[in-house]
Amino acid sequence: MAEPALSIRGLTKVYGNGFQALKGIDLDVQQGDFFALLGPNGAGKSTTLGVVCSLVQKSAGKVSIFGIDIDRDFAKAKYQLGVVPQEFNFNQFEKVIDIVLAQAGYYGMTRREALPRAEQLLRDLGLWDKRNGNARMLSGGMKRRLMIARALIHRPRLLILDEPTAGVDIELRRSMWEYMRRINQDEGTTIILTTHYLEEAESLCRNIAIINHGEIVRNTSVRELLTELNTETFLLDLAAPVTKLPAIDGFEIAQVEPSQLSVVIHRGQQLNDVFSALSEQGVRVVSMRNRANRLEEMFVSMVEAGNKAIDERTQAEAQT
Amino acid sequence: MNATQTLVALWTLVFKEIKRFTRIWPQTLLPPSITMAMYFIIFGNLIGSRIGEMDGYSYMDFIVPGLIMMSVITNSYSNVASSFFSNKFQRSVEELMVSPMPNWVILSGFILGGMARGLGVGLIVTIVSLFFTRLSVEHPLLTVLVVVLTSALFSIGGFINALMANKFDDISIVPTFILTPLTYLGGVFYSISMLPSFWQGVSMLNPILYMVNVFRYGFLGVSDIPVVWALAAVFAFIVVLFFVALAMLERGKGIRS
Repeated sequence: MAEPALSIRGLTKVYGNGFQALKGIDLDVQQGDFFALLGPNGAGKSTTLGVVCSLVQKSAGKVSIFGIDIDRDFAKAKYQLGVVPQEFNFNQFEKVIDIVLAQAGYYGMTRREALPRAEQLLRDLGLWDKRNGNARMLSGGMKRRLMIARALIHRPRLLILDEPTAGVDIELRRSMWEYMRRINQDEGTTIILTTHYLEEAESLCRNIAIINHGEIVRNTSVRELLTELNTETFLLDLAAPVTKLPAIDGFEIAQVEPSQLSVVIHRGQQLNDVFSALSEQGVRVVSMRNRANRLEEMFVSMVEAGNKAIDERTQAEAQT
Repeated sequence: MNATQTLVALWTLVFKEIKRFTRIWPQTLLPPSITMAMYFIIFGNLIGSRIGEMDGYSYMDFIVPGLIMMSVITNSYSNVASSFFSNKFQRSVEELMVSPMPNWVILSGFILGGMARGLGVGLIVTIVSLFFTRLSVEHPLLTVLVVVLTSALFSIGGFINALMANKFDDISIVPTFILTPLTYLGGVFYSISMLPSFWQGVSMLNPILYMVNVFRYGFLGVSDIPVVWALAAVFAFIVVLFFVALAMLERGKGIRS
């Protein structure tokens, strides 16, 4: 079996103030995967990725990129890696093209080698017309795309995207999703994504790890995770307002608006039964959608369960 | 990285640094030229004509090497200090850290960038001085060697300052409270032979005195101190400070959490 694109074993990070951001996490991301690393703010996502790309010094543990131990040959490992950080981290007073070409130079690519690649990336990301302008003149979405172009200039095999679509409008976000899908599927680039938009992770990623309080609380495929969802809440838009709440045995139904109902479906129950019962009562449904993103429901329930467990542990420790 | 890739990376960083300070030339290249022209007019011409000779040379001829050296020192130092700190502040230093460039290449890139500005300003000041006096160079190779070594030394100093700085104020403390007094007391405007013996001894503790004197020796052929010792001291400082800066960079001092 091929080496994982990223392998993390027992990764621990204790900051100078004693805060333990990572508590010995283990994580594997296979080659060619589109992987989501999710967690609430302060859970340890950025610290994990910071260690992988050498922005944070680990306290203990091992990290390998395509089988290359970063403690043995970090330079070689870094060649495999492209990083799009959460915050803008380029000199805003430099030209767009210069930012991309300088990054190529840091990887040892001559200007002649880098220029065609830079042109292709900037064209693909809709920045070619802006190449001679100062980076500070770009919009927020353009700056994010510039960081993607910069990260891809040396053709990395593993791309780390730390909240790449934060603050980006929905149209642009979707075009960026398409681009990320393309480089994952067509070029085989392994992608690790952190995001707060869970529909983004559900739409793009095949595998997922959820990190909370510096520990990996779940590491599985998105499909597997969603099958564990015990309940889903659907919103039903009705053809006409109802004055009396329809009653259906075994289902929790509530009226959200005069012409909108919410229905909670538990595992094993079928939506068809709801539609049949409503139809018998003369209620016609014209459209339907999930109340919340399915992954979001799962994520929130897992994080809440984790927080509750920690609170209980803290209380127990306080009592003893 | 192989040797060619390392050279490409180094050149990329140096070129970027040179481009940075030439892009903002009204802040980096013009002010020292004007300041030094003022020194030449006021100290060299107006006051210098009343002072008479120093060490057998006109006062203007005596101060020119020191003023060139002063501009090289301050510009080499401040270029690296402000550039690297700006990189830290804007987080663009992360571009360098995620790349496979070895730390010694990053350090050398900034040092060479600082040297380029220091030597560039030194050249401009030298050209300005030609409007006021006729320069003769007694020992051209020695003159070039000492100015290059001095700019390297203070570029490294600026790098260490930037690594340790947490805010912009921190990169002006050393130039204001240490570098400027040492430069003014480093024999730029006077010969230490004019001082009482106690203060001559105190002056010998000032490293800038050695650089100014060797540089002046290169131009005029006169020095207050032994040239070989001074060169050796500068070289030793460069080696020690380079490895101190490299060790700080390896540890991620001020740039890695």
